[in-house]
Amino acid sequence: MIEIENISKSFGDKEVLKGISAKFEKGKPNLIIGSSGTGKSVLLKCIVGLIPPDTGSVEYDGVEFTHANRDQKTEIRRQIGMLFQGGALFDSKNVEENVMFPLNVLTKMSPAEKLDRVNFCLERVGLEGQNLKMPSEISGGMKKRVGIARAIVNSSNYLFCDEPNSGLDPQTSILIDDLIMEITEEYDITTIVVTHDMNSVLGIGENIVFLYQGTKVWEGNKNEIMHSGIKEFDDFVFANKVMQKLKNR
Amino acid sequence: METLGKYFIFLGTLVVNRESFRTYFNLTMEECIKIGINSIFLVSLVSFFIGAVTTIQTAYNLVSPLIPDYVISLVVRDMTLLELSPTIIAVIYAGKVGSSLSSGLGTMRISEQIDALEVMGINSASYLVLPKIVASLMMYPLLVILSALLSLFGGYLAGTLTGVITPYEYVYGIRFEFNEFTVTFALIKSFVFAFLVASISCFKGFYTRGGALEVGQASTAAVTQSVIAVLTADYLLAQLLL
Repeated sequence: MIEIENISKSFGDKEVLKGISAKFEKGKPNLIIGSSGTGKSVLLKCIVGLIPPDTGSVEYDGVEFTHANRDQKTEIRRQIGMLFQGGALFDSKNVEENVMFPLNVLTKMSPAEKLDRVNFCLERVGLEGQNLKMPSEISGGMKKRVGIARAIVNSSNYLFCDEPNSGLDPQTSILIDDLIMEITEEYDITTIVVTHDMNSVLGIGENIVFLYQGTKVWEGNKNEIMHSGIKEFDDFVFANKVMQKLKNR
Repeated sequence: METLGKYFIFLGTLVVNRESFRTYFNLTMEECIKIGINSIFLVSLVSFFIGAVTTIQTAYNLVSPLIPDYVISLVVRDMTLLELSPTIIAVIYAGKVGSSLSSGLGTMRISEQIDALEVMGINSASYLVLPKIVASLMMYPLLVILSALLSLFGGYLAGTLTGVITPYEYVYGIRFEFNEFTVTFALIKSFVFAFLVASISCFKGFYTRGGALEVGQASTAAVTQSVIAVLTADYLLAQLLL
C-alpha cells in the first residue's frame, strides 16, 4: 500500500498540488484522474520521487520515502516499475535488451535466467518472438507493452503508469488496461495509473482519486462516478457524449 | 555562478551511488568506440591537412637565405605538438563528440529515458555520464598522438613533394633540439581538454528541458561552452607550464 499525506508542490508562483492525501491499496488498480494540467503527472512524479514535494510525505508499505536517505530511496525504487507516457524505451537497445535492462543492472542473475525471465514477461504482455525488434520498428501500443514488461521484469511491488492509453486506439487501450488489471491482481502489487481516459475509468477504476486544479475533490470507485454530486467531477465525467447519453438513460 | 555551482554538484553526483564495475566497464568500452574509434577519420583528415598547410605556409614566410630549410619542419613540429594537435583537434572534437554527447543525453531527457533510470533506482548521472567522461579521457590523448603523427607526416609529404624542403632536412628539423616536455605538455592538455569537452557537453545535455528545439539549443551551447573552456584552459596551461 502507498499512502500520501498532504502533498503540495509549487513551480514558481504556480501552486500545482495543494495538500493532497490519499491511500492506494495493493491488488487493485488505483487511478488518479482529472483534466489536463490539474497536476496528475506531477503528483505521480512526487510519489516516485522524480520531483520532491514542497510539503507532505509518501509511505511505501509503512516505510517513509520522501525524507529517506539516498540508500533507503534506492532500496524502495528498486521495487518500482514505471510505464511512461511515451514508453521511455532506450532507443539504442532492442526489445529484449530494454526488458532485460533492470535485470542486468540490478540483479546477479545468470544470462540464461535473465533470458528466461525476459521471455516470460514478453509472453505475458503478448509480445513473444519480438525480442530483436528496435523501438523504432514497433507500434505505440507495442511500446507500451514493452514498457509494462520492463516494469514487471524485476518482480516489482509497485507499478506506476503515466497515461498508459495516450495516443492509442480504443481497442489497444482496452488491451493495455486489461493487462494492467491482470498484472495487478495476479502479482498482488500496488498500481497507480494516471489517466484522463473515461474508458479506463469505467474499466479498471477500482479506486479513483479525482484532481481538480491541484486539489483532490473526489474519491471513490467506478460504480460511484455517476452519483458524485460534485460539479467539477460531473463536468469531467460527462464531458463525453457517450457518458451524457448514459446519464440521461 | 549558479550554473557553475550546478556543474560542480553534477560532477559530484557522478561518483556517488555507483553501479558495479562490470556495468561501467562495458559502458566505457562502448563509449570508447563511439567517441574514439568513430572520430579517427575526421581527426586524421584534419591533422594531415593541418601539417601540410603549416609546412607550405611556414616555407612561404621564411624567405631569408640565412634561415636554413630545416627550420620549416622545426616550426611545424613545435606548432603541432604545442598547439595544433591538442587544441585545434579539441575544437573539432567538441563539435563532433561534444554535440553528439549533448544531443544524445538531451533526447534521453525529453523522452523520459533518464527518468526511467532514476525510477529504477539507478544514479542516472553516474550511469550515463561517467563512462562517457572516462572514455573521453582514454581516447582523446590517443587521438592527439595520432593527430601529431599524421600532421608531421602531412607536412613531410607536402614539403617534399612540392620541393620546399628535402626529406633529410625535414627529418633533421623534426629532431633538432627536440624538447621532450612538449610531448608531455601536449598530453597534459589533451587530458584536460578531454575532461572539459565531455563533462560540459554531458552537463548541458543532461539538464535539457523542453523538446526537440531545446535539444538543439543545448547541443549548440555545449559546443560553444566547451570551446570557450578549452581555449581558456589552453591559455592557463601555457602560462603555468611553459
